[in-house]
Amino acid sequence: MALLEIEDLHTHLATRWGTVRAVEGVTLSLAAGETLGLVGESGSGKTMLCLSILRLLPRPAGRIVAGRIVLDGEDLLAKSEREMEAVRGRKVSMILQDPMSSLNPVFSIGMQVREAIAIHHRVRGRALAERAERLLEAVGISSPAARLRAFPHQLSGGMRQRVVGAMAISAPPRLLIADEPTTSLDLTIQAQYLRLLKELPARHGLAMIFVTHNLGIVAKICDRVAVMYAGRIVEAGPVRRLFTAPAHPYSRALLGSIPKVGAGRRHLTAIDGQPPDLAAPRTGCAFAPRCPAIMERCRTEEPPETAVDAGHVARCWLTVAS
Amino acid sequence: MRAESPVSAPADVAAAPDAAPASAHAAGRWPIISSLIIAVFVLVALLAPVLTPADPYAQSLRTRLKPPVWEEGGTWSRPLGTDRLGRDVLSRVILGARISLAVGVLTVFLAGAIGATVGLTAGYYGGRVDAILMRATDATLSFPVILLALILATTVGPSFANVVVAVAVILWARYARVIRGEVLSLMERDFIAQARIAGCSGWRIITRHLFPNTLNTLVVLLTLQVGYVIIVEASLSFLGAGIPPPTPAWGSMIAEGRDYITSAWWVSLFPGLAILLVVLAFNLFGDWLRDTLDPKLRQV
Repeated sequence: MALLEIEDLHTHLATRWGTVRAVEGVTLSLAAGETLGLVGESGSGKTMLCLSILRLLPRPAGRIVAGRIVLDGEDLLAKSEREMEAVRGRKVSMILQDPMSSLNPVFSIGMQVREAIAIHHRVRGRALAERAERLLEAVGISSPAARLRAFPHQLSGGMRQRVVGAMAISAPPRLLIADEPTTSLDLTIQAQYLRLLKELPARHGLAMIFVTHNLGIVAKICDRVAVMYAGRIVEAGPVRRLFTAPAHPYSRALLGSIPKVGAGRRHLTAIDGQPPDLAAPRTGCAFAPRCPAIMERCRTEEPPETAVDAGHVARCWLTVAS
Repeated sequence: MRAESPVSAPADVAAAPDAAPASAHAAGRWPIISSLIIAVFVLVALLAPVLTPADPYAQSLRTRLKPPVWEEGGTWSRPLGTDRLGRDVLSRVILGARISLAVGVLTVFLAGAIGATVGLTAGYYGGRVDAILMRATDATLSFPVILLALILATTVGPSFANVVVAVAVILWARYARVIRGEVLSLMERDFIAQARIAGCSGWRIITRHLFPNTLNTLVVLLTLQVGYVIIVEASLSFLGAGIPPPTPAWGSMIAEGRDYITSAWWVSLFPGLAILLVVLAFNLFGDWLRDTLDPKLRQV
């Protein structure tokens, strides 16, 4: 059985410009040990989808209006706030983008790592300190005892992000969400950190959702990939399938906009136009105004999710037609 | 110069290269004068019963309104002269330090506790909670402090505890306002989001993550307000709504000497000087703390 199952999730944000449908009918499932890459441009609803799982949408604007989120057999949307506190960190954890501000500047690393453990486990004193050290070792931090005494400003960005990673897997959780955890790291550190993240699911038997703009990273560490556009998953499938035979024109366009080493002076294809206004009413396919393969039907009718291949789905009239 | 000031390392380095006296706001320079005054003040307050040369309450109508020792007719047994009831002015100023310090410190801590609680709650919960608490804060801030304190202190009757409470229930609003602002900017930081993701409860986030990060601001505000509270207490005592006689509060000593100001100026002058010195010292020290710990508070 799948570890995480999201069914027809709708998340709305009340803004000054109207209700933004940030997540609109997302359905996905994730098995233990599996890594899902969640890609899409800024504002496509990736982060809101992740925050919906944790039930930490911005207050008071964000609201989950419909759908079901089942994690490890538990319906998360039926839980009270207090019950959610026991789920957060314990069953689902998340790593945010910015390692510079993810740690509390006034406490030592040790205090923060120990707190992360102590919230969910009844360990104190010597046992707790040892566990904190082992945790730092697990994320590849050398001389953990010394690092535990340091304060956040004394560590490098990569080191801090490792500490945040260590805290995130302290429970250890069943599901780890990583929201562009490498964007603010420099390239060599990025590679090391990705190697660490790649190992985690298998080693700790957890599922991971990896949110990114970077398709290169997806190819490297994910098993499956879901492409989001305007609050919907427009295509999802195994990484290899999706990269070699993308079914949705948007996925194709995304793949066409990656520079390749050794491809000569070929021009990168950009996607014309702007992503749609998620607060405005819409008919038809959200990608239609930018789609190079637009048909008459696309403007009036929303395409349903159709299977292209085993485990590979897309929402496009092209795939329905063929 | 280096030997006598117990400065922290970076401040020392900053101060060392030029031996010439730096400007008043040389960044990070330990304020020797103001901290010295405060230290003396605190010591005097603590050791008041030992230091007083005479009984501050002992009246002696035969030796009333005696001038200080350097004036004609003054004696060493009453170095700063006597008041209209023949009580020793120096002893009363010394004991008065105890009152002023106690009122100042207790009041800022009480006001700080109320204000920090309100500010943290309003900033963390936001929405309606924030709206209600901040309107209450605005309302409190709109009252003239002395007037409101006067009304409160007279309605409940003048006493030490009432003065502390009356001033604290007015002054908390400033703390609430500043702390709330601080909390709002902290809430945008990822470590608060990360704490929530880790499953921290609201209470835990407020006490473990937000409060420690506002401590710098709080300490600066507390220090800056001690001087102000001392002035407010002195004003209340001067107006007769503060610490009731015969307790030697500096404010009421000035009031008592008012009728004799042309003939026996020393009765009012010395408690007045004491207020001036102490308030100035607290303000200078507070300014230095602010510049060192929390420079963005400068406009407050």
